[in-house]
Amino acid sequence: MPRLSRWMIRTAFVYLILGFTVGALLLTHKGLNLHPALWGWLPTHIELLLMGWIVQLTMGVAFWILPRYWAKPRRPKEGYARIAFALLNLGIWCVIAGTTFRAGAGVVTVGRGLELAAVLFFAGHNWRRIVSREGRG
Amino acid sequence: MPALTRWFIKAALLYLAVALLLALVLALPDAVGTPFFIRLMNPTYFHLFLVGWVTQMIFGVIYWLFPIISRARPRGDERLGWACFVLLNAGLLLRVAGEPLTSMHPNTGFGWILAIAALLQWLAAVLFVILAWPRVKEKYRGE
Repeated sequence: MPRLSRWMIRTAFVYLILGFTVGALLLTHKGLNLHPALWGWLPTHIELLLMGWIVQLTMGVAFWILPRYWAKPRRPKEGYARIAFALLNLGIWCVIAGTTFRAGAGVVTVGRGLELAAVLFFAGHNWRRIVSREGRG
Repeated sequence: MPALTRWFIKAALLYLAVALLLALVLALPDAVGTPFFIRLMNPTYFHLFLVGWVTQMIFGVIYWLFPIISRARPRGDERLGWACFVLLNAGLLLRVAGEPLTSMHPNTGFGWILAIAALLQWLAAVLFVILAWPRVKEKYRGE
């Protein structure tokens, strides 16, 4: 498993714990009325688990497991995937800041833009690795 | 495929079927007269889908396919994995029962069902990360 996959997957595990922690607080609040402000954390719960856990884990595994080139560099344009990792995580925290912490709608828009850019960079890295055994794309 | 993975994946498939059945029932027109407690289960549907199906499938596949730790202990302490499986499913099923009950009878003891469900699922996630973390590594080369 390459270094970037290890970073992505471990980061996804951290988001899994954070997302389940927020989710556990929300579910407990639903039953026991802990504090009304907790509902403001619902967008964070969703963001941590959908983008931080599921999307990031998928990217980490794809970077590891998609077909590699015979010649070096075996995972070409790896820089694109590194940029995707940075943009995705920056985007996640912008969305959380803009929703739960009310940093402003503009911050949410920037966050979504960063997440979109992350996906485009990741696709830019992986596109030519999505091939048959004979190399057909 | 190890036994724990088979349990994770089969359970995940069952949750997918149940989630989609619930989605179908929730989409029925009002004239059908769907029971009131079913109408309260929209969040339950999302969690059956995302925890029961997606996350549980991911857990099963990671346990199966990630690099082994060593020949002697290929997948770490399997008991952690089984505890994770039991806690995740017990927590999710408690939620399925507790969510409509709490909505229909607020401020009663039913709220504790949700608190216990939350704790069980959180523990399952923590145990899974403890189990899987050492396997996020380069390929085992027999050292």
